[in-house]
Amino acid sequence: MRVTPRLVVYGLFMLALAMVPTLAQVLAEPFLVTLFTRMIILAVAAVSLNLILGYGGMVSFGHAVYLGIGGYTVGILAEHGTTNGFVQWPLAIGISALYATVVGAICLRTRGVYFIMITLAFAQLVYFVGVGLYAYGGDDGLTIYTRSDFAGLIRMSHKPSFYYLCFAILCIEILIIHRIVHSRFGLVIRASKSNDRRANAIGIPTFRYRLAAFVIAGSFCGLAGAMLATQADYISPAVMHWTRSGDLIVSVVLGGMGSLFGPAVGTIVFLLLEEVLSSLTEYWQLVFGPMLLLLVLFAKRGIDGLLPGGDRG
Amino acid sequence: MLLLIEQSLNGLQFGLLLFLLAAGLTLVFGIMDLVNLAHGSLYMMGAYFAATFITWTDSFVLGAVLALGAAFLLGVAIELVAVRTLYARDHLDHVLATFGLLLFFNELVRLVWGPAGRTIQLPGILNTSVELLPGLSYPTYRLVVILVGGLVAFGLYWLVARTRTGMRIRAGASDREMVGALGIDIRKLYTLVFGLGAVLAALAGIMAAPITTVSIGMGERILIVAFVVIVIGGIGSIRGAFVAALMVGMIDTVGRAFLPEILRGFMSVPAANTLAPALASMLVYILMALILFLRPQGLFPARSG
Amino acid sequence: MAEPILATRGLIKRFGGLVATDQIDLDVAAGSVHALIGPNGAGKTTLIGQLSGEIRPDSGSIRLEGRDITAAPVHKRCRLGLARSFQITSIFPDFTARENVAMAVQSRLGHSFRFWRRAKSDPARTGPADALLAEVGLEDRGNMPAAALSHGEHRQLEIAMALATAPRLLLLDEPMAGMGVEESVRMVETLQRLKGRISILLVEHDMDAVFALADRITVLVYGRAIATGTPAEIRANQEVRAAYLGADEEEG
Repeated sequence: MRVTPRLVVYGLFMLALAMVPTLAQVLAEPFLVTLFTRMIILAVAAVSLNLILGYGGMVSFGHAVYLGIGGYTVGILAEHGTTNGFVQWPLAIGISALYATVVGAICLRTRGVYFIMITLAFAQLVYFVGVGLYAYGGDDGLTIYTRSDFAGLIRMSHKPSFYYLCFAILCIEILIIHRIVHSRFGLVIRASKSNDRRANAIGIPTFRYRLAAFVIAGSFCGLAGAMLATQADYISPAVMHWTRSGDLIVSVVLGGMGSLFGPAVGTIVFLLLEEVLSSLTEYWQLVFGPMLLLLVLFAKRGIDGLLPGGDRG
Repeated sequence: MLLLIEQSLNGLQFGLLLFLLAAGLTLVFGIMDLVNLAHGSLYMMGAYFAATFITWTDSFVLGAVLALGAAFLLGVAIELVAVRTLYARDHLDHVLATFGLLLFFNELVRLVWGPAGRTIQLPGILNTSVELLPGLSYPTYRLVVILVGGLVAFGLYWLVARTRTGMRIRAGASDREMVGALGIDIRKLYTLVFGLGAVLAALAGIMAAPITTVSIGMGERILIVAFVVIVIGGIGSIRGAFVAALMVGMIDTVGRAFLPEILRGFMSVPAANTLAPALASMLVYILMALILFLRPQGLFPARSG
Repeated sequence: MAEPILATRGLIKRFGGLVATDQIDLDVAAGSVHALIGPNGAGKTTLIGQLSGEIRPDSGSIRLEGRDITAAPVHKRCRLGLARSFQITSIFPDFTARENVAMAVQSRLGHSFRFWRRAKSDPARTGPADALLAEVGLEDRGNMPAAALSHGEHRQLEIAMALATAPRLLLLDEPMAGMGVEESVRMVETLQRLKGRISILLVEHDMDAVFALADRITVLVYGRAIATGTPAEIRANQEVRAAYLGADEEEG
């Protein structure tokens, strides 16, 4: 990998993230660790969405659903006394993958705006499943009284430890996505985005590869859901609300679609922007809404596109 | 039996409101190829405008008419300032930009009208009931909504299928260049169509306001259902939107009315009360998934061949 | 006669009331260049669509080397040896020229459920891709984004992509469309080199190219094959002259 200014920026960014707990201690602002843990978890979700949205051109408007599926898996297991993380988290991933397989197989038959709408509709369907889960709190959500426990290997209630667990997961995810998008599989996904008809005409059955990418993305986001529920000790249908899926798309585009680190940067900038703007004015979305429009019109490649450093690839 | 008739009328009324909202969406999509998440904001703005104008004028009808005019101007302004720049962009850009507009309008309403909801009082004549059948009295206002919705639906059909403007609109949907070649100012046509969509959305919002309440986010809940409607109907098809709107309105309303009763046979009352509305909401999406699985282009594909 | 590489029997496709393909029986002899000509609206594109698998015929059958492929999806037909170019350039515009061809090479190398190894520098992909770029005269364009190539180069690139799938039969849908004289000559040369090695079904409006390349010609009018024969036979056929060649001369 060539060292470009862009890469240096991303390196510094990751380094800064690694320093957050130390910084929080120095500044005596322990709240920073909580804030950034949440950001990193949502970054895991955004990076997973980027695989299908940025590299695969699949505008999924229902990605936040996996946050709910992962979260409820952890929550419901905990409610029934299973707090072993080695059971909870893999199951969260597995159920997300299963859901993605079924829903992806239906959604990926459709194209363009139909795909956007049907992913949105399935997300709404699951959202209302969450609302209807009377035994698990329904609309009010479910409090998780006992945190996931990884055989005592990680001190899950110790905030910096949990932060580093999440940070490590983000790093591993970025590495995996990096390998995937440069592998034969990844090239098929990108070729399908570029010209799906052509890809089929040269003998590549793109549907199954697109579906596999859809499942991989869903699985990672399901993991993010498990992490999110663990961090908050709580899960509710609100994390699956369609505007949360919108937020994830915004994070990806803000950071830069089809860029490896972009969506992680985008998530953190988005959430920091929310923090800053909402501290300035109660009506922060009055500013943020038009900013989105400007982003679309003038900086389509997001933050990644603004950084120097040659071509991407 | 009487309850079923009453709920069917409610379903019809909700379906017609959905149609008003969906018609604008599907026209805008069919003609300009634009996905507009902010369409629900126009529904909401219509209701808030009406709340204010009705208070000012002390007349329901006058206030509603003023609100429609204001919504038209707002629609035109949105088209000229923001939406116009999006036509050449892809659907993802539409989603993002109009998501931004939606956030903007929600916040604007919170700033101007405050976070608390509003209610719209009906004038005395509308706030009555009509005895349709022996033992079945039905609110006059809802009958008026059905009447107005039906008239507008018919008028819209007539406009699109029978008039010169409609011909231009349909031509615009199938062949932009041809419309340009015919010397029709396509930009003006687009602005007009967007304005018309805004008026339809606002009309739906105004008519819904006395039945529900006027609140922030009221547009989003119904917007998603309207999306389901146009996807089921076939994006770009007015006829499809009409059929699908009535289907969805019926299923949603009747499901909401009868599911709690049915579920109470199987589970505790609070459990049924939680599950029933969720299940009723889910029915609509299940219907959509089923239809798209069988017909990926919806019931009436507008651009077949 | 040896088994034809491609054989259709009674192929029918209707769009509403219009019969776009009307009972087509077409035999492409192995190793030959078979041209398909006809005025606009004769149903050539619909026929190509059915042969490549993008359009499902209403009735009739399609066989490739004796194997029934009537119901096979597009990618399957390609794996069985049927490659195509498109009437309107169809490439991966944001990939480099080399990657365009390498994708087609990759498709031949087996499934792509390989998630870890870096693919772009894999010689199993790039080696054949570079050789094919050289074969169509694009060896110095490998690192350029495909979108930046000229129209003539796009068509050559498409030929290279088709060849990369190791086809037995090439379906070429108007490969000369929109080309200048010089580019057309180059394309004819490229196809001359392929002749004999790979069977070719050629749809083309450029009559000079058709008569220079084709072993046999089928004339399509209103969805029907009105004549099939050698170039000399077709030239002499009165029906064809009346229905098509005559009209063409008047136009141009």
